[in-house]
Amino acid sequence: MEDLRSNILAYIDKHETCSSTELCKEMNVEHQKIVGALNSILAFGEIISAQPEVTSRLELTDEGRQVADHGSHEAVLFASVPAGDGAPQSELMKSVPNAKIGFSKALANRWIRLDKSAPGGPRVYRQVESVSDRIRHCLQMVAALSLDSLTAEERAELKKRKLVQEGRVTVYRVAKGPAFTLTLAKEETELTAEMLATGVWQTLTFKAYNFKALGQQPDCGHLHPLLKVRAEFRQIFLEMGFQEMPTNRYVESSFWNFDALFQPQQHPARDAHDTFFLTEPAACRLDAEQADGYLARVKAVHSNGGYGSIGYNYDWKESEAQKNILRTHTTAVSARMLYQLAQQPQFQPTKYFSIDRVFRNESLDATHLAEFHQIEGLVADYNLNLCHLMGIIREFFHKLGIRRLRFKPAYNPYTEPSMEIFSYHEGLGKWVEIGNSGVFRPEMLLPMGLPESVSVIAWGLSLERPTMIKYGINNIRDLIGPKVDLKMVSVGPICRLDK
Amino acid sequence: MPVVQIEKAALCQCLNRKDFTDEEVDELCFEFGLELDEVTSEREMLAKEQGDAKAAQMGDQLSDAVIYKIEVPANRYDLLCVEGLSRALMVFQSLAQPPLYKAVQPAAGMQQMRVAPSTAQIRPYVVCAMLRNLSFTPASYKSFIDLQDKLHQTICRQRSLVAIGTHDFDTLTGPFLYEALPPSDIVFKPLNQTKEFSAVELMQLYSGESHLKAYLPIIRDSPVYPVIKDANGVVLSMPPIINGDHSRITLNTKNVFIEATATDAHKASVVLDTLVCAFSQYCSEQFTVEAVQVNYPDGRASIYPSLAYRQVDIQVDYLRKGVGRSDSQLTIDEICHRLTRMCLVAKATSDATVSVTVPPTRHDVLHPCDVLEDLAIAIGYNNLEMSLPPTLCTGKQQPLNSLTDKLRLEVAFAGFTECLTFALCSEKDISERLRLPLDSLPAVRIANPKTLEFQVARTSLLPGILKTVHSNRSLPLPLKLFEIQDVVYKSSDSSGSAVNSRQLAAVYYGKSSGFELIHGLMDRIMQVLGVPVDQYKLSATELATYFTGRCANVLYKGSPVGTIGVLHPETLAQFDLTLPASAFVFDVEKFL
Repeated sequence: MEDLRSNILAYIDKHETCSSTELCKEMNVEHQKIVGALNSILAFGEIISAQPEVTSRLELTDEGRQVADHGSHEAVLFASVPAGDGAPQSELMKSVPNAKIGFSKALANRWIRLDKSAPGGPRVYRQVESVSDRIRHCLQMVAALSLDSLTAEERAELKKRKLVQEGRVTVYRVAKGPAFTLTLAKEETELTAEMLATGVWQTLTFKAYNFKALGQQPDCGHLHPLLKVRAEFRQIFLEMGFQEMPTNRYVESSFWNFDALFQPQQHPARDAHDTFFLTEPAACRLDAEQADGYLARVKAVHSNGGYGSIGYNYDWKESEAQKNILRTHTTAVSARMLYQLAQQPQFQPTKYFSIDRVFRNESLDATHLAEFHQIEGLVADYNLNLCHLMGIIREFFHKLGIRRLRFKPAYNPYTEPSMEIFSYHEGLGKWVEIGNSGVFRPEMLLPMGLPESVSVIAWGLSLERPTMIKYGINNIRDLIGPKVDLKMVSVGPICRLDK
Repeated sequence: MPVVQIEKAALCQCLNRKDFTDEEVDELCFEFGLELDEVTSEREMLAKEQGDAKAAQMGDQLSDAVIYKIEVPANRYDLLCVEGLSRALMVFQSLAQPPLYKAVQPAAGMQQMRVAPSTAQIRPYVVCAMLRNLSFTPASYKSFIDLQDKLHQTICRQRSLVAIGTHDFDTLTGPFLYEALPPSDIVFKPLNQTKEFSAVELMQLYSGESHLKAYLPIIRDSPVYPVIKDANGVVLSMPPIINGDHSRITLNTKNVFIEATATDAHKASVVLDTLVCAFSQYCSEQFTVEAVQVNYPDGRASIYPSLAYRQVDIQVDYLRKGVGRSDSQLTIDEICHRLTRMCLVAKATSDATVSVTVPPTRHDVLHPCDVLEDLAIAIGYNNLEMSLPPTLCTGKQQPLNSLTDKLRLEVAFAGFTECLTFALCSEKDISERLRLPLDSLPAVRIANPKTLEFQVARTSLLPGILKTVHSNRSLPLPLKLFEIQDVVYKSSDSSGSAVNSRQLAAVYYGKSSGFELIHGLMDRIMQVLGVPVDQYKLSATELATYFTGRCANVLYKGSPVGTIGVLHPETLAQFDLTLPASAFVFDVEKFL
C-alpha cells in the first residue's frame, strides 16, 4: 500500500494530472486498489485532488473474474489433455469444471481433436503443442480498464459468453493539491502524557478530527420522565406557596373517597365497573369519624339534606361507606385534610397540593391505565369564589407556559360551580381539555365543621397527559410499567415545562 | 357522560337560526356546559360502524342530514332527549319562556293504581302518569323510546333503582294492580313475542338476549316477581324486565299510560317528572299531564306526577360574591333575568333576596350553590373577571417526598436508571415468582379485578424491576435499575385498614452477579443518609428470593430495614432471566 501511494504521488509529480485508469495501467494493479490508495492519500489533507467521473464501462461477471484468474474454460481443458496419448473423453469431461464449454471451444479452435473410434470409447488428443489464452488476456485488460486495446469483435464475444457486463465505474481525475508532497508523514491520533513529557508534540502532525462523529456517551443513571415532570409540578406548587398533603395511602374507605365528598351511594362511579373494591381488608371501621358525630352529619346530609340543601333523599348505609377501595382520586386525602383543618380551634386559610397515584377499574387503552397520577391543588379561605378559582388556575398554567385558557361549565358530584379547563393547542389547532375544577359543595364542607363563610376552590389534572405531550409519547404503556424501553428513559431531555 | 343526538335542521329551527355554523353550535354548547362531541350523519355513523361499502349499499335508506352528537352533564336528566335539550337552549337564548308544567285531576276521577303488600318483598314503589291526546311523529316516537332507554342507563342504574313501562291506555281498563307473584303464576305475551310465556320461561328465554340479560339478576332469585295488571287481568309489564305485548305503544297511540316501579321512591318520581315534562309538549293541552292516584297497602294514597315547583329564597349578596360582582355590576333585575334563562324563574322579594322557583325539570338543583352556578353560566364563565385568591401561605413539602426526591437523585448519580412500574400486580408476581408463600404476605387483595394483572397491591418493588429488566434484555449490559415507590401492607390489627410503605429497591443485572456493586450502592446510600458506619451493617441470613449463602439483612441501629443479596437462580428463571443479578430492597421511612 505504502509503495503504491508513493508510486502514485511520484507519477502525479511528473505528470501533474492523470486519470485513475491511467494509474491502473501504469502500476499494473486493479482499479479498486488504485481508488483505495487515492482515498488513503486524500485522508492526509489537500495533498492531491480527485474529481469523480461516473462512466459506463465493461466489468467482469463472476464467471469472467474466475476466467481472468484461472484461464478460459478451453485453455483449462486443453491443459488437462496429456500431450501425446491424450485421454478418454468421458474421463476428461469429469476432470475440470465447465468442461463441456471448454471442450466445444477448444474443438472449434482446433486445439484438440476427437477420435470417436478409439478402442475403449472416444478419445481426445492435443492438436497443437501449446495455446495462447486470448480470452483470459482480454478479461485481464477489462479488469485493468484498458479497453482501448480490445476489438469490437472481442467485446461482443466476451459479452455473448457472459464473461463481462455493462456496469458503472467511477473514475477519478487526479491532480496535485495545494499541499502536494511526495512523502506522507505518519499522523498521530491522540495527544498523550508521554508527548507532553518529552515535548515531542511540537514536531508531530495530528490527524484531523471527525467532528461529525458522535462522542462517547457518559456512563450515568437516569431519572424517569414522568417523575421529572412530577418534580417540576411540585416545584410550581411550592413556588406558589402550597403545602404538600400526605397522600401515601392507596387503600381508602368509601367514606372518605365518596361519602365525605357528598357523592351519593348509588353514583355510577361507585360501581364495580369503575372502582377497585377489596376482599382483604374488605371493610374498615369508622370509629374516629363516628366519635365526634361527623359520620352522622354526613349520613343526614345525604339522606335528608341540611345546610340549605335538600340532599339526595335516599337511605344512606354505613356498611356501604365502610367498604375499602383503592382510592379513585387524591381528593379523598383532600377531604381528610379539610376535616382536620375544621378541627382546629381557629380556622387558618390554607393552600394544599398533592401529586400521587389513583386507581380506576376502567377498560384500558392507549391513553388509559388502571392507575395514573392525579395532580391536585386547593385553596381554603374566607369568601373565595369562581373568579379566584379561575385566577389561580390561570397563574398555575402560566407557569407551565400555557396562556390561552377558557372555562366550560361541567358537572362533578362534589363541586358546584364546576369548570372544565381548556387550553388552545397550537399543534392541533383546537381547544383541548386539560383539567377539571370547582368550588367544593357546602354539603361536603359544612358537615366537617368548617365555618360557613369559608370556601374551598380546587383543581386537578393528570400527570400522564402533559408528560405524554411533553415527550411525544402516544401509548401510555411506553411511559409507565415494566414494558418501558429504558432507552426512552435515558434519551429524554430535562423537563422545563414552560419551554 | 350521556350523549344526545339531534338533527342540525331541528336545532336550527327551534333556535330560529337557519344559518347556524358548526362552530357557532360548538360555541353555544361550550357556553352552556355541553360538549359538541361529533358532527355526523346517519350514513357516516353506519359507515363508521360497518364500513363505507355497507353505507353506500344502503343508498337512499340512509339520510345525509347533519346530526350533532352532544354530551350532556351526568346530572341533567332533563337534557337527555332532543325535546328537553332544545327547550333548554331556546330558553337560554331567550327564544322561549320556561314552560309551566301542570298535573291535572280529571273531573271524572283519576286512574287508580293499587299496590299489593307482596311488592314490599321485591320492588316496593310505583309511580304513574297519563299523557292525554298526544300525537307522535316518527321522530318524537323514537325520541320517547330513546329517553326511556337513557334514563334506564343513568339515573335508573340499569333499571335496578327504577324501571319505566309505557302503554297504550286505550287497550287497557283501570283500575290497575301492582303486585308480586311467584314466577310460575305470571303468564303473558311479552313485547315482540307471538305466544304467551310464564315468567319462569321468560327468564330462560331472555338469558340469551344481549339487551335484556343484564336486567335478569335484579329479580331472578326472588321468590316473587313484580307484575302490573289492569282490571281485566291483562299484564302491562313485568318490571324491570319486559312489558306486555297487549298494551304496546305505537305511532298511533293517543293516550299513554306511564308506570315506573322502583326500589327508590324519590328517584322514581324524578324519572316520571323528567319523562312527562319532556313529552307533554306533544299533548293537545301542552305541558299538562293527567295525574294518577297510587294507593299503598297501609292506606296511604299518593298522586303522581308530583311536578313540584320548589321556592328557594337566596341572598343576593351570596350570588354577587359568588361571581365576584358588585351591586352596580349585577342588579337584582339582571340576576332574575339571567336565572330565568336557565329555566330558574326568579323574582326579587326584597333588596336583598330573590325567590327562585326550581321547576320539576331541574332535580339537579339541591342547594343555592347550584343556582349560583347557573347564574355564572348565564353570565358566561369566560366573562367573569379573574383575580388571585388573597390567601398567603408558605410552601411546604412532605418530609417523606422530599427525602424520596433527594435519594432518587443520589441513586441516579451512582449510575442507576429509574423504573416506574405498577402498584398493582398478580398474586404470582409477589409470591411464586419471588419464591415466597402467598399466605405469608400481608397483601391487600382486590375483589373485582378485570385481569390477573390487578389481583393484589404489590408488597415488593422487585417484581416490577425484574419485569423491566426482562423487557430490556437486549440493551448493553449491565443493566442497573432502581425504583423508589410505595408498596402496600394490610394492617395486622383489626382496624380493617392498610398502609403504604415507601421502599427503595435496586437491581444489578449482568454477566456476573455484581453483588459488590449493589453492596457499594447500599454503602453509598447510607453515606449520603449520614448513617455512621457503626450504625449500619449486613448480617447473613437465608431468604428464599435470594441465593443460598448470598443474602443478608440490612441492619440499621440493630434492627432490620431491608434485605440484600444475589438473586436465587430460580427467582431469575421465574422472570425469564438468563444472567445473574443482585438486588436490595429497603424501607426509606426508617430514615425520615
